[in-house]
Amino acid sequence: MDHASTDEIKSQAPARPGRLSEFWYYFRENRGAVIGLWIFAAFVIVAAGANLLAPYDPTEQFREFTLVPPFWADGGNFAFPLGTDPLGRDMLSRLLHGARYSFFVGIVVVSVAAFGGILIGLLAGFAPKWVDTIIMRIMDIILAFPSLLLALVLVAILGPSLTNAMIAIAIVLQPHYVRLTRASVMSERGKDYVTSARVVGAGLPRLMFITVLPNCLAPIIVQAALSFSTAILDAAALGFLGMGAQPPTPEWGTMLADAREFILRAWWVVTFPGLAILVTVLAINLMGDGLRDALDPKLKRS
Amino acid sequence: MLKYFLARLLTFLPTFVGVTLISFSFIRLLPGDPIIVMAGERGMSEERYNALMQEFGFDQPILVQYWDYLLGVVQGDLGQSFVTKRPVWDEFFALFPATLELSICAMIFAVMLGLPAGVIAAVNRGKLPDRLFMSIALVGYSMPIFWWALLLIIVFSGNLGMTPVSGRIDLLYYFDSTTGFMLIDSLLSGQEGAFRSAVRHLILPVIVLGTIPLAVIARQTRSAMLEVLSEDYIRTARAKGLTPARVNGIHALRNALIPVITVIGLMVGTLLAGAILTETIFSWPGIGKWMVDSIFRRDYPVVQGGLMLIAVMVMIVNLTVDVLYGFINPKIRKR
Repeated sequence: MDHASTDEIKSQAPARPGRLSEFWYYFRENRGAVIGLWIFAAFVIVAAGANLLAPYDPTEQFREFTLVPPFWADGGNFAFPLGTDPLGRDMLSRLLHGARYSFFVGIVVVSVAAFGGILIGLLAGFAPKWVDTIIMRIMDIILAFPSLLLALVLVAILGPSLTNAMIAIAIVLQPHYVRLTRASVMSERGKDYVTSARVVGAGLPRLMFITVLPNCLAPIIVQAALSFSTAILDAAALGFLGMGAQPPTPEWGTMLADAREFILRAWWVVTFPGLAILVTVLAINLMGDGLRDALDPKLKRS
Repeated sequence: MLKYFLARLLTFLPTFVGVTLISFSFIRLLPGDPIIVMAGERGMSEERYNALMQEFGFDQPILVQYWDYLLGVVQGDLGQSFVTKRPVWDEFFALFPATLELSICAMIFAVMLGLPAGVIAAVNRGKLPDRLFMSIALVGYSMPIFWWALLLIIVFSGNLGMTPVSGRIDLLYYFDSTTGFMLIDSLLSGQEGAFRSAVRHLILPVIVLGTIPLAVIARQTRSAMLEVLSEDYIRTARAKGLTPARVNGIHALRNALIPVITVIGLMVGTLLAGAILTETIFSWPGIGKWMVDSIFRRDYPVVQGGLMLIAVMVMIVNLTVDVLYGFINPKIRKR
């Protein structure tokens, strides 16, 4: 029997039954994870539909309505449910649009870091020992720098902007994926199914991406969820330090930086953007915990 | 043991060279000519420019520059700050005690609350204290600490007027720095109220910097305790009739501490990253704020030297943790 027909038979065979439902079964058991999932879904909807949901343009300045408090406070105005900032921009609209930036940051950073990290990790796991050593030393070097500091210096080199902040954060997060992938590859590589695939004549690329990689994905998926929240936090921190998104972009960290001088006069300009960051990050971390419980067989049922 | 130590040391050297290489090349990649930046708005004549190029060695081939830099690093010479004209090495170690004091206090805060919280959660697994503490820990773990700092300032400094918002001590007090640690110096000075002022300045930054380590330690302690509590020797200890406090507090905790201590050791990087934000917000004169200020001022020698020193420090701490861990847990050495 040649390879092509084996493949055909495989692709026609039904997917292993119950894998997804088993996953959902364990995921659902963790109530926090389900709550996290709902909040995250709401966050995605807000990010996607910010244009429709926001009452105003996030950069529109209502000069006669600066620093209006939220509607329930004294002097509040129903036209601006969460108040306005020092330039008279509607807080609610800015927050809704901010979700878009944070979501974008998370998706791009995780995709870039995971893609690069998995590729390099697979390479390290399969390459000769000396290549592996060089790759892992380089990762050690990147990890020796505190991540935020390294990102800060990288952004200083590239120039402060949201895009450069994302590049910097992706570079800083990527070694974690390399280490995870390599460790999984190392433990999978010696197993019988890999040997048999090799004996049957599978080439190196096939071994790497089709035989081994799917079996290494569980920890990587968990890491992806956790680094999604790290990416949002770091991007907001860079924005807060003036090295991320630049004003008037309604990015949550940048909004906080703008609001700093008003903290004792207008609590709402400080409270809401941070609350938005916290709730989003918390939801993703809750989801990440649930993913780990559901995907990691070692911790299963513990 | 010695072999293990030497092997670990051997991986340290290439990483060290890599770290110097990275911090060296960053500065060459930064936009703008450093000499022109140094001249500031006044500008400078061409002769002066060329003289400075020569003085800093920027006219040399890049490899020669790197070699000179590496020689300097080994001898503790990291060049001078463009702004203050003081050696980077001296500035770093003058400011370092402020960061160290803040970090140590933050770690004490995190361990004092996180360890008991983790133990209580593990012992009451699934019950109210467990759920409560772990929910709080997850919130702490997800906290954008720069926002947390602003909230604390609003409540404690703004509304209650209890804590100052910047610096290490009131301007009223002046004394020479002997140890560099404000808490100790203020006590030594013997001035009335100086120590209290130092403590009040320290409280908010410590809470802010300690929040994420606190959450991590609580979570780690809980999971380490849960693992240990299912071991046979714990059952034996219980069967012998030891009190729960003794079993949990002594037999279990002692072994659960090993992974916890490792986590604490590996948190230096997190602490330093947190110090960047905390020190910037509270105008705390430590290396975090120094680095941020230098990045904004384009003070290249400081950015380069500070980046390298911080990375080397993190590496030394990680190496120490690794070696200690190998010392405590012989299984590690075998790998």
